[in-house]
Amino acid sequence: MQSSTLKKTALNETCRKYGGKMVDFHGWELPIQFEGITKEHNTVRNGAGIFDVSHMGQIFVTGKDAAAFLDYVNANDVKKLQNNQGCYSHLPNGRKGIVDDVINFCLNKEEGRYLVIVNATTSTKDYEWFLKNSKGFQVKIENKSDDYSMVALQGPKTISIMKKFEPAILKFGRFSVVESSFMGEKIFVSRTGYTGEDGFEVAAPHKVINQIWDKFFELGKSEELIPCGLGSRDTLRLESGYLLYGNDIDDEHTSYEANYGWVVKLKKEKFIGKDIYEKQKAEGVKIRLTGLTTQTGIPREGCKVFKDGRQIGTLQSATFSPTLKKGIGVGYFDIPDLKPGDSLEVEIRDKKVPSFVHEVPFYKGGAFGKVYIES
Amino acid sequence: MKPEEVKYTKTHEWIKIEGDIAVIGVSDHAQHQMGDIVFVDLPKIGDKKEKGKQACVVESVKSAFDIYSPVSGEVVEVNTKLSDEPALVNQSPLENGWLFKMKVSSADTSDLLDWNAYSEFANNEAH
Repeated sequence: MQSSTLKKTALNETCRKYGGKMVDFHGWELPIQFEGITKEHNTVRNGAGIFDVSHMGQIFVTGKDAAAFLDYVNANDVKKLQNNQGCYSHLPNGRKGIVDDVINFCLNKEEGRYLVIVNATTSTKDYEWFLKNSKGFQVKIENKSDDYSMVALQGPKTISIMKKFEPAILKFGRFSVVESSFMGEKIFVSRTGYTGEDGFEVAAPHKVINQIWDKFFELGKSEELIPCGLGSRDTLRLESGYLLYGNDIDDEHTSYEANYGWVVKLKKEKFIGKDIYEKQKAEGVKIRLTGLTTQTGIPREGCKVFKDGRQIGTLQSATFSPTLKKGIGVGYFDIPDLKPGDSLEVEIRDKKVPSFVHEVPFYKGGAFGKVYIES
Repeated sequence: MKPEEVKYTKTHEWIKIEGDIAVIGVSDHAQHQMGDIVFVDLPKIGDKKEKGKQACVVESVKSAFDIYSPVSGEVVEVNTKLSDEPALVNQSPLENGWLFKMKVSSADTSDLLDWNAYSEFANNEAH
């Protein structure tokens, strides 16, 4: 193994101690699983799980024009965010693609302080993209990805854990954020995640992240909190219809093609790529990211998909769904108006397996419904 | 069945030959490495399998694993229980989680490992 060349998170030793099976994930050494993917998946759906997501990046945008700048680089409406609010969004690349998918948090509108959570593999690319497009805006852009660790506490039972950790976040709904402190260090607690369940993410300086992890296990004892790895993170996110940058979206596909048109706010006066999006919205898309389930077998990334004997696309992400107990996948198909139940075939190991178009999300967890708000 | 009662391959299958019939499965070590088994793509009865060639596929949530035939012969029975309960491969790799039975055509077993040799091989490979 060439583990010495891999980047390690501040929780590396802790993950190993908890039995994490470490793998190379885009240059980061992270746990693929602890006890087992199925157990971890089901625990997040019904209980409480914690993930080391320290590979994720943090870019701080501050200054008089912070809101206007972020509004310009995002497809979603960042200007309308009030203090403690956040939104999921795409960064259009001005051609027919997406630089990254991100979460923008408004820390303080009056002070012009925003935090953008970006993907691990794209943090430098995003930072450079921000710099390049910041001309004319009075903003300071800082890539603090190397200074912060992050954990995700996910599942319906994490509410009672958070009540004892930072109850202020429970006053707000999904995609909210609060600035807090832990052992004298400033931390960011948000009501976000990548699992489809209600839950929280905590970004904190490396030197306190192990203490935060331990604190969650102490507070989560009665909730039977377990550590979870990237394996279940992937099955949970795919069931929820969440996109994986690099697989499902990239510099060659638009938000409309990804079936995420809701993140594009064409009413905004201007943003990068607005003209392209307007044109595509008017003309309609030629390909669309569409979900399917297989009758038997497990589809994988790259499998060819057929309709009436003709290949209509390939799968971008696919796996076994522990909740549906069958194979699920998403791919760009050249028939953009397929309906749930339409018959398809997926080629798995030279065999064409009967499959059906399925609506996305495949499963709507707690994050898709009404969440608990503390009065 | 005890792990000592079967022979192993370096590709982590186990085999037990009685007369001209061989039962084949994956080792306990292998099922641990694979993680939660969620699908077994079994061979068809009547399929002819060559020693060392792919005979079936076992899939975990994350990946697919090729299972190689430890001997040459013809598939005479498959463990149909695995269609509904693939996790039997994890729970009971040497008994209820067996994969298929073959009528052995050439019983060249000289390269199969006994339990001691296999344990040592598997441990070395893991480190």
